[in-house]
Amino acid sequence: MQSFDYGHAADIGEALANGDAPNTVFLAGGTELLNWLRLGVAKPARVIDLARLKGFADITRLPGGGLRIGALARLNDVALNDDVARDYPVLSQAILKSASAQLRNLATIGGNPLQKTRCGYFRAEETLPCNKRKLGSGCSALKGINDKHAIFGWSEACVATQPSDPATALSALDALYVTEHKDGGRRIKAEDLHTLPGDTPHIDNALRDGELIVGIELVGAARHSAYLKLRERESYEFAIVSAAVALDLEGDRILRARIALGSVAHKPWRLNQAESALSGVAANDTAAIRRALDASLVGAKTLAHNAYKVRLAKNAAERAIRLAAARTW
Amino acid sequence: MEFRSHLTVALRVNGRRYEVPVDTRTTLLDLLREHLELTGTKKGCNFGECGACTVHLNGRRVNGCMILAASAEGAEVTTIEGLAEDGKLHPVQQAFIDHDAFQCGFCTPGQVMSAVALIREGHARSAAEIREWMSGNLCRCSSYPQILSAVEAAASQATAG
Repeated sequence: MQSFDYGHAADIGEALANGDAPNTVFLAGGTELLNWLRLGVAKPARVIDLARLKGFADITRLPGGGLRIGALARLNDVALNDDVARDYPVLSQAILKSASAQLRNLATIGGNPLQKTRCGYFRAEETLPCNKRKLGSGCSALKGINDKHAIFGWSEACVATQPSDPATALSALDALYVTEHKDGGRRIKAEDLHTLPGDTPHIDNALRDGELIVGIELVGAARHSAYLKLRERESYEFAIVSAAVALDLEGDRILRARIALGSVAHKPWRLNQAESALSGVAANDTAAIRRALDASLVGAKTLAHNAYKVRLAKNAAERAIRLAAARTW
Repeated sequence: MEFRSHLTVALRVNGRRYEVPVDTRTTLLDLLREHLELTGTKKGCNFGECGACTVHLNGRRVNGCMILAASAEGAEVTTIEGLAEDGKLHPVQQAFIDHDAFQCGFCTPGQVMSAVALIREGHARSAAEIREWMSGNLCRCSSYPQILSAVEAAASQATAG
């Protein structure tokens, strides 16, 4: 690990004032940053620890019925919060299926969506061609072992996926990421946080240097929501495919469906076509649901080893719709 | 704000106060093992994947390898060495012996620290819940059935007690 200088930000102003200096990174839970430092994915000169910021881990009701979650809230505290568990089960479930109990006691809800891909070439301890690690070095996965890689939105430069379970749930919930920056903050729609690889695969998201996620806002409630994560073992593993679904129901009829797939693209992947097609469909009309999903998945582009993920994605979405509809309140 | 490449970390470990000069790259795990010679906490993967380094930080179980020592300034840490009282094993430690819940023993300190926290959290209500909430502790000897039995026994003892 390359050496770095370390400091505690006493307050948000101090964090922002120093955050956009060259080679400077923020430290929240640390469960990603420490591994980046070990692998050489990040080689910062300065690390700003945010642990002493006060009031950024609170979960509070928004006027109008939504919820604001402080970015420094630990994952377990978010998942087990009564308001989150009752009103946004998809988020609670996604968090509890991410990482281990120990990691969830450290990792924060603001930091988790900024984790990087689990692509084995990207995370390799020896240096392999990877445009994320070194732009222009090539993509080892494109013609290599790519059974876990993207089926949507990839480019010749990068076929990696974004693995965050919470980010997938937040996408389905149309969450807003609230940011601060010394030149001014903003609200970023969940669907706009992560970027597609294109010819800039080294860029993962829309955050500027020194821009800090300080909170997440959820509007309304999504009590008919569910998260389904498919993986090679039952617990403590990254998804092959996951599906986050939030339904607005009138009786058994779907008024509005929101569906995000995880681990299928460089960002949580909303099934916009299926969502439109599901409006007005009975929640138990399996044939109509399958037709709607087919329409969205027809755009999938597979690699040599990951064609199975298309079927898996479709089935995961269908099951997650059933789980969300079956929640009774 | 002040940035440093070396600093002195003040923290409490197993009830005792320490001030430890460290390079900023030092993790809590390395501070415990290399500086305080508390080698009960094991370094397995050093990537937050195996759980062998599980300790309690301000009462919550965490991976010692995923925290910079500098971030543990002012913290209260409990390691496997701090569980026994007056020479008497903690009930979870005793349950691991009674149920033969280890073979090579390398993962055991992390398993025990995780189990102590899990019982306190109230996540021992069923075998399935214990398996799920213990899943961050890998055992390459695969003593999982015995570990589950030990945690179930210790949990019911804690409830009865």
